[in-house]
Amino acid sequence: MSFVKLTTSALAISAVAATAAAARDQVQVAGSSTVLPYASIVAEAFGENFDFPTPVVESGGSSAGLKRFCQGVGTEHTDIANASRAIREKEMQVCAENGVTDIIEVRIGYDGIVFASQFDGPAFTAFTQSDIFNALAPRVMVDGALVDNPYTKWSDFNADLPDADILAFIPGTKHGTREVFEEKVIAAGCEATGAMDAMVAGGMSHDDAEDACLEVRTDGRSVDIDGDYTETLASIDANANAIGVFGLAFYENNTDKLKVATMGGVEPTTETIAAGEYPVSRPLFFYIKKAHIGVIPGLKEFSEFFVADEIAGPDGPLAQYGLVSDPELAATQARVADEQVMGGGS
Amino acid sequence: MTDASMPSATPETRHKVSLVTPDARTQKRKAAEKRFRMYGIAGIATGLIFLVVLLVTIVSSGMGAFQQTFINVPVYLDAAKLDKNGNRDIDEIKKVSTFGYTPLIQDALLQQVRDAGIETPLEKRGDMKALISASAAAQVRDTVIENPDLIGQTVDFRILASSRVDGYLKGRVLREDVARDKNIDATHLDIVDALVPLGVMQKTFNLAFITGSDASESRAESAGIGVAMIGSLFMMLVVLVLSLPIGVAASIYLEEFAPKNRITDIIEVNIANLAAVPSIVFGILGLAVFIQFMHLPQSAPLVGGLVLTLMTLPTIIISTRASLKAVPPSIRDAALGVGASKMQAVFHHVLPLAAPGILTGTIIGLAQALGETAPLLLIGMVGFIASNAPDGIASGLLDPNSAMPAQIYEWAKRADPAYYERAWGGIIILLGFLISMNTIAVILRRRFERRW
Repeated sequence: MSFVKLTTSALAISAVAATAAAARDQVQVAGSSTVLPYASIVAEAFGENFDFPTPVVESGGSSAGLKRFCQGVGTEHTDIANASRAIREKEMQVCAENGVTDIIEVRIGYDGIVFASQFDGPAFTAFTQSDIFNALAPRVMVDGALVDNPYTKWSDFNADLPDADILAFIPGTKHGTREVFEEKVIAAGCEATGAMDAMVAGGMSHDDAEDACLEVRTDGRSVDIDGDYTETLASIDANANAIGVFGLAFYENNTDKLKVATMGGVEPTTETIAAGEYPVSRPLFFYIKKAHIGVIPGLKEFSEFFVADEIAGPDGPLAQYGLVSDPELAATQARVADEQVMGGGS
Repeated sequence: MTDASMPSATPETRHKVSLVTPDARTQKRKAAEKRFRMYGIAGIATGLIFLVVLLVTIVSSGMGAFQQTFINVPVYLDAAKLDKNGNRDIDEIKKVSTFGYTPLIQDALLQQVRDAGIETPLEKRGDMKALISASAAAQVRDTVIENPDLIGQTVDFRILASSRVDGYLKGRVLREDVARDKNIDATHLDIVDALVPLGVMQKTFNLAFITGSDASESRAESAGIGVAMIGSLFMMLVVLVLSLPIGVAASIYLEEFAPKNRITDIIEVNIANLAAVPSIVFGILGLAVFIQFMHLPQSAPLVGGLVLTLMTLPTIIISTRASLKAVPPSIRDAALGVGASKMQAVFHHVLPLAAPGILTGTIIGLAQALGETAPLLLIGMVGFIASNAPDGIASGLLDPNSAMPAQIYEWAKRADPAYYERAWGGIIILLGFLISMNTIAVILRRRFERRW
């Protein structure tokens, strides 16, 4: 009896498997968890307004998304990769080796990265990049000399900051956010405090000094969060003295628990980020596999819909959710419409 | 050594022993036993306290997800906006996107606020945006496309309120906090307070949470676990169809037919080892074999089911072998004695007697697979996946879908606090399934188990 069942089920599975690889009728997107909420908002609206099925958006991080994107051309591979950073030269090479040569780069807008702390906690309301560097770097400048970070309280190096223990929850190294945090905050602070110059003067090459600038202290005052912002939020909830790094959209959804700090005197809002005044922001991208346009139904339409004014414009649902819309959206729309690929002249 | 020397060493203590007055050593032993019992009771009590705390947290955090705030509003379906040429051509009506419907709904609500005589500084249609769910436009559009004759009429709709309004009525969003929230103002909450007694806004049971599909982050209020539940169902179907026959066939062979030698010993040890392999390992294996090598579709319940089958097989084999072993040899001997073949003895006599045990093991294995999240993370079942309900068995197996635990994980990650509540609500549903499956297993065992 069970042998009959076994054979029939085995047959059924192999039949199903044979047809499986044949067709796919919805767009598949994977990549950055920062872009995920925006992509899912667009996917949902796309599914409602078009006769195509709702695209599938997976998360997993910018690097993982681009890696899968670059695995090859064919319906078993993803059509679009979301990324919270631009694609790297190395990734382009991997792509090319696997036959993924024509890639359309689409910038959807900007995302702000904010520093926030518990609402009822100490008054962490104004930072500069130097403050963050002094708090979190392993070696800082004290009286003109580079020494191991002696600070345990914020007020130790800046009397305007609260007399509270230093504790920061920063994005882990697998996050695209970490790169922006290092580049726009830590490295900027490193230069501003003169630590960079001191390292070069101390005999380091310029490149080594740049790398050394990006290190964070390892004595437990700076904690890497490898999970999502919800994990950072939970950590902030539990530590009144801690500050955390969040995306602007996440902060705006949790204003009842968090208060945000200014950076260099500028408050993070969609307006200040769009104007380029708030310093810690980054562009968000998605990448389209041109070879799949025309093969996967709805891919072109989805891409155009994503950057349409009613979606990605300043009054669209993406801006409503926290995306800083791109002032050059019209150029992006034209690029998607013309299917202009990266490299090759454009 | 001490035993031998004891009687001679303590001859005078021996006749002092009385059964009525326990001596020091007996008292000590009794005290030790008492202490041990106390430890046991303390252990059970701690466990119970944890269980109660867990259940109370789950129920109190999750019950909110089963209720949702709705707005009853009559919407005038303006022909000038929805069907400009007036010929009710379905293709032309479809060209009006949800963005074209949003103003109609906002106007309708604004009109209702005015009719109710509510004093408010909010006078523009756009001010109503904060109250209405983004899903309302899609709901109205779907109704119109289904029935284009409604254009030009005023139709009563029951639309979702936004997650902030819902949170306010549930006590999650507080008045003192909204000053900092750019999505909603105190003036909006004044309108809510005025509309609730009029019956325009109502908090009622939300069936859509149990049957609905996932929603994007801009409309937490319309997200449901239904599609993920179907995904889980299809995965369980694959697991059942594959692991039950394979598992039972393997264990019957190993238990009844296979010679006892080194090879079967190795197989046996490895099955026991497989049962202890962390589930994430099966996820990686599934990714490498089913998706990258066999090119099965990403995020498909079929792949999820195959991966969970690998995970469930050892559990089923071990429990099946145990229940086959529990059938006494006399049954086999009697069957063989009246001339049955070995196979007849097994299939006519041993297997029916072992069936309740096999079923119990299978159900418990399935319950375990139902709650498994880790392998699903690797085969692409986390994200914004469960958005389309499948329309048939093939699409149910092959179209991208999520599963209940993966959906809960995804919700717990999202920014809007309304999703946090839904994650807990999803846990209640998942626990409901697990408890009922385990109850069925217990009932089967109680009713059909035979002891010899």
